[in-house]
Amino acid sequence: MKALRKYRRLALGALVIAGLIVVPLNFNRYGLFILSQWAVMTIAAMGLNLTLGYAGQVSLAQGAFVGIGAYAAAIMTTQGMPLMAALGVAVVLCFAIGWLLGYPALRVQHHYLAFVTLAFSTLAFLVFRNEDWLTKGIYGISNIPRPTVFGVATNRPLPFYYLCLGSLGLVSVAMWWLIRSPWGRAFLALRENPIRALSLGIDTRRYTLMAFAIGSALGGIAGTLYAPLTQYIDPVPFNLSLSLDLLMMVIVGGAGFFFGPFLGAMIAVLLPEWLRFTEGYYLMLYAAAVIGLLIYSPSGILGILDRVLAERRSKAASALRAVAKSGFEAAP
Amino acid sequence: MSNLLDLLVAGLATGAIYAIVAVGFTLLWQTSQTINFAQGEFVMLPAFLMLAAMHAGAPFWLAILIGILLSLVLLGLGFKMLLVDPMLRHGVLPLAIATMALAIGIREAVKQFFSAEASPFPSVVPAGDVAIFGRMVSLQSLGVLALAILAVVGLTAFLNRTSIGHQMQAAAQNPTVARIIGVPVERMILLTFLINAFLVALASLLITPIYLAKFSSGEVLGQAAFIAAIVGGFNQVRGAIAGGLLIGVVDNLAAAYVSTQYRAAVPLILLIVIILFRPQGILGRAEERTV
Repeated sequence: MKALRKYRRLALGALVIAGLIVVPLNFNRYGLFILSQWAVMTIAAMGLNLTLGYAGQVSLAQGAFVGIGAYAAAIMTTQGMPLMAALGVAVVLCFAIGWLLGYPALRVQHHYLAFVTLAFSTLAFLVFRNEDWLTKGIYGISNIPRPTVFGVATNRPLPFYYLCLGSLGLVSVAMWWLIRSPWGRAFLALRENPIRALSLGIDTRRYTLMAFAIGSALGGIAGTLYAPLTQYIDPVPFNLSLSLDLLMMVIVGGAGFFFGPFLGAMIAVLLPEWLRFTEGYYLMLYAAAVIGLLIYSPSGILGILDRVLAERRSKAASALRAVAKSGFEAAP
Repeated sequence: MSNLLDLLVAGLATGAIYAIVAVGFTLLWQTSQTINFAQGEFVMLPAFLMLAAMHAGAPFWLAILIGILLSLVLLGLGFKMLLVDPMLRHGVLPLAIATMALAIGIREAVKQFFSAEASPFPSVVPAGDVAIFGRMVSLQSLGVLALAILAVVGLTAFLNRTSIGHQMQAAAQNPTVARIIGVPVERMILLTFLINAFLVALASLLITPIYLAKFSSGEVLGQAAFIAAIVGGFNQVRGAIAGGLLIGVVDNLAAAYVSTQYRAAVPLILLIVIILFRPQGILGRAEERTV
């Protein structure tokens, strides 16, 4: 029974992955752009899901880390350096800044941390906008080259989409491993009850900082893909609303669920596109949809699924119990 | 030195408006754990409601009345019944996210149904300058400051001197005990939402003539009120007032003496420093953590 369910789940996963590879083959340029954007945003949202969903720390700065990654990639690759070098710089930089930004999390909890990260987010935006010598300010950086991976140039949309998808795959596997490792369990303990976690001998200080730093580094990875995706960046996309959007993705998809960010990013990136036929109303409808969903299920879409599955399971279990009981009574 | 006085008066005037918005913000937090990320949009919307009333042919005073009434219904009653009530039991975070979505919704609705352009807005205070100690000070700044101080003093008097004010405070501090001693807690919470709606409508009336009516102006305003509330003390009305005034003055002085590019950074750095060294805010009480 259990093995069957496992196989069914594996088959479903394989089907989805195959679909993501095969279906876009004859997509046009714009469709591939949107799908690549979905992959990139999913990576950023996964980072935030680690910080928020697993370690329970509210961050409103994930957009700023995407910005840092994007600027690192844009500045370095336009200077002729490889994207891998930019990726390394972005990850180290975001990890370090995330670690430092996590310090307030040690002193204060919950909404106060959200406020510190909110302030950081706006500060980062000001730096992107005002430090012309580094970021070219409001004029932005254009002609960002796309990398060559294993000898394949990704200038065309399809190869670049596969690069984004591949990166998403790698990050997913790493994340899957991380949340099942002792670290992942420690993060969960931190979210559920920090004081109890501390008394059980978990170094909550270190794990809080770690959750923050790893989440931020994933934001940086997303950023290094974002820059070659759009091939032009300016400060505007990395303002506070990106951080708020990413937070919404995580909550709408289902914070603390592994596949939450995938669904959340899908809704945030694709739903506005599907609603585009409504013209000026589409963001209004999107906002209304998010509010409606959160009123119906505050734990997001996967929260609904979880509830349905739990109900079905308990029904199945009670049916089994009933069968066993009747069999027991009939047997004498 | 010569324009220091101007800067101070202008800073206090905008600061007083921030204070009004921040007070509403802290009231919502105290009575119903609502972190309202749409508070800035709440300030932006009433000005457009008033403009709409004026387009329909109402004189300015009637438009103001209609605007305040509509914002009481929409931003007070509607916000509480349709969004906060169904979500409150799910905790702070989903509700905060829902208000973020609400902010997007309000912004887009105003952009779609009114205009994406900035519109001028008539001032309740006559324009011109007035001489104080031989210096010319903008009448508008003084008028805004006076009205804002009036509102804040009125509100504090209401909260501290009247029976209903005491009941509201009781409902905010300890709803269970308040209910036991016969305070109609539900009605008091509704009242705070109505007060917040009135305060944002007032702030809208005062600030829109200065910064024009624009669908996107809520972001800046909301953030300023937010910072003011935290810097002053998230759980104190007088903290929010002090925070608002401080942020207004610091913002104006920073624009003049630091750099126009980084003026917005100064209040943020102030915010981070306050949270690191005095997280309960300048005038706030420490919140206790529970195991």
